[in-house]
Amino acid sequence: MYSFDPTEEQQMLIEAVNKYAANDLRPAARDAEESGELPQKIIAKGWELGLLQASIPETYGGFGERSAVTGALAVEEMAFGDLAGALAVTTPSLFATPILLMGSEEQKREYLPRIVEGEWSPYTAALIEYAFDFDPNDLKTTATLEDGRYSLNGEKAFVPFAKEAQALLVYANLDGQTQAFIVAKEAEGLSISEEREKLMGVNALPLYRVQLTNVKIPAANRLGGESGCAFEQLLASMRIANAAAAVGVANAAFEYSRDYAKEREAFGVKIAQKQAIAFMLAEMRTEIEAVRLLMWEAAWELDTGREDAVKDAYLVSTGAADMAMMVTDRAVQILGGHGYIRDHPVEMWMRNGRGFATFTGLAII
Amino acid sequence: MPIEFEAPKPITNAQFVLKTVAEEMMRPNSRYFDEHEHEIPWNYIEFMHSAMKAMGGNSLAPREPAPSSPPPEDERHGGDGGKRPPIGYQLIAAQMEALSWGDVGLYHCLPGGGLGAAAVHAAGSPEQREKFLARFHGDKPTFAAMCITEAGAGSDNSAIRTRATLDEKTKEWVINGEKIFVTGGDKSFTEYEKLGRGFIVVWASIDPAAGRAGMRAFVVEGGTPGVRVVKLEHKMGIRVSDTAAISLVDARVPFENILGSPTVDQNPTGFKKAMATFDATRPLVAATGVGVARAAFEFLKERLAEREIHVRYGLPRQKLTSIERDVIDMEIMLKSAWLMVIKAVWMADNKKPNALEASMSKVRSGDICTKITQKVVEMLGPLGYSREFLAEKWMRDAKITDIYEGTGQINRLVVARQILGYSGAELR
Repeated sequence: MYSFDPTEEQQMLIEAVNKYAANDLRPAARDAEESGELPQKIIAKGWELGLLQASIPETYGGFGERSAVTGALAVEEMAFGDLAGALAVTTPSLFATPILLMGSEEQKREYLPRIVEGEWSPYTAALIEYAFDFDPNDLKTTATLEDGRYSLNGEKAFVPFAKEAQALLVYANLDGQTQAFIVAKEAEGLSISEEREKLMGVNALPLYRVQLTNVKIPAANRLGGESGCAFEQLLASMRIANAAAAVGVANAAFEYSRDYAKEREAFGVKIAQKQAIAFMLAEMRTEIEAVRLLMWEAAWELDTGREDAVKDAYLVSTGAADMAMMVTDRAVQILGGHGYIRDHPVEMWMRNGRGFATFTGLAII
Repeated sequence: MPIEFEAPKPITNAQFVLKTVAEEMMRPNSRYFDEHEHEIPWNYIEFMHSAMKAMGGNSLAPREPAPSSPPPEDERHGGDGGKRPPIGYQLIAAQMEALSWGDVGLYHCLPGGGLGAAAVHAAGSPEQREKFLARFHGDKPTFAAMCITEAGAGSDNSAIRTRATLDEKTKEWVINGEKIFVTGGDKSFTEYEKLGRGFIVVWASIDPAAGRAGMRAFVVEGGTPGVRVVKLEHKMGIRVSDTAAISLVDARVPFENILGSPTVDQNPTGFKKAMATFDATRPLVAATGVGVARAAFEFLKERLAEREIHVRYGLPRQKLTSIERDVIDMEIMLKSAWLMVIKAVWMADNKKPNALEASMSKVRSGDICTKITQKVVEMLGPLGYSREFLAEKWMRDAKITDIYEGTGQINRLVVARQILGYSGAELR
């Protein structure tokens, strides 16, 4: 059957995340963006919502079961508050979720409990590389098997919290296939940039460049052990998460500009009463809806083990990047000169909005 | 029910059957009737009529008085006696999409009550429904049509000038006016031997001073004296579907043929009900747009495959060819438009208010249907532009989906009012 109603549990989760997004993330977003620091207590509070914990079974220290649909709903809500904050809170998932989905039994037992049982701690992942035609299925970072150990070489970019990370999941090219490798922070040959990445947006999220020079790791540290992992499934999860975050940011921009248009007067009426503005808003809302439904469908396909999930996740991530750019651009336009001023958040959302063409790998559901 | 995207069995079954119907009965006739405007596709009409009868009247295509009225109780569930949620509108949307994939013009020639019967269903009394709708289950294919648009009243159909006055002596309504753009008006009104007697539903004012509150619909039987089909339009596309101009000069209609109250009260129910008809049909019309777009999109992919061009899904945008990017963009548009249709009709099935979703689905469908078909013609070059193939026809057909049953702009207005919480007076 077709159905578009979240379950009662999901609805409760959405409301809880929405409350956090509205009351904690959003008010802190501008200062965090300007200072480059998101207060730790806000991250901690987001962690206490238990999104990751609820996706991990009790055996490994959590209290639930992973659902891509639930994850997508939560990421959208959180990104509605603030993208950088949402990505910071969910950073440990970049490490934990691939292990949950693809890890060997030993890997799950070793890492999952220690990540989910305590406070938020920086476990992260390194996928993106510094190239205009970066392709997650054709990585330049390599892994080679030498004397029973993998040797990793290459450079990774946009790695969240790399500096403080306890361990990183590094994606690398092994015989033409993308595979993931667990790298401890003390590994020899692992070098993390002093300087943070300087980007157009998400400045509150500490992102680093990571250099790997003959980093030797035990063969058992390959995600999934000897048989490795099905990377396309993980990539699909990341793409759907990227789309979900894009929908959240776009919806924030839509609602803000809609409310502004209902307040702002020109020529004796509210500007929302002018079709030029009203039609822009109608189109923004329509585009958001289109991508949200595609995103839900791809997540549902992932949950039900459908082959289409991989392709549809790609499609929705692509569509979401275009949509988020269009919607956030229009939000700035609707506010006019005020939209360009940093007193309002729409210019920040527009800068963030362009990021979704590049951000696959910064979130996973 | 949690969030789910599994098409119910009755829908996949219908899609399977209708694909064959489209391929066997529609596509082979598409070009002929495009080039022989105003010829009536009798073979197709008779085939579809008997096929629908054989299959119980509603398995093959929208049931009379569909497309907009609720289907019978047994059809509205997943086939297990009512335990599952109803899927009637979803099924109709899937059928309309599938038939429009075949040929959206021929889809409009499907015998049955169409919008005329939908109006009777929405605004008529139980007795009126029985009286006027039984004919669609007869031996001969039968049509009905809706006459609302006038030369000076299109999207703003509250500006209707047609008048209906009551002749107190004979207790008959006397209607005068000129209607245009009546889809299927000829087949519904003109008495063809091969057809059962149809009717047209004429919107007229019983009290122009009352504005919308005075607007009523009247069932005017086929062949009524004083009523004439004065013109069949020559159109850009969907040429097989007749679009009639109908003049009414002192046309006399029995008193009981008025849908709704014969007196003007404060409550403009008549007009509201007419508009409610459009609310219900918007996502269904959006479904026809998706069908046309899918036809063009699949045709494009087939031509590309012949030349060994396969889209490399998964590559970064920067590594894709321009053709691949276009195909991917089209696929995103197409899939999302369909999901918006499904969501809107799912809401209707579950009795959730769907004015916003219905109009959004129509906005999206009109946009993507025109864009995709235009892009396909461009991408295929001479193959696209040539009348040897159907791509150019689909582009011409597609344009109507962004116009009829509320233009893209009217639907944007509806969406905007919904999201802004504005009345018609606040956002004109």
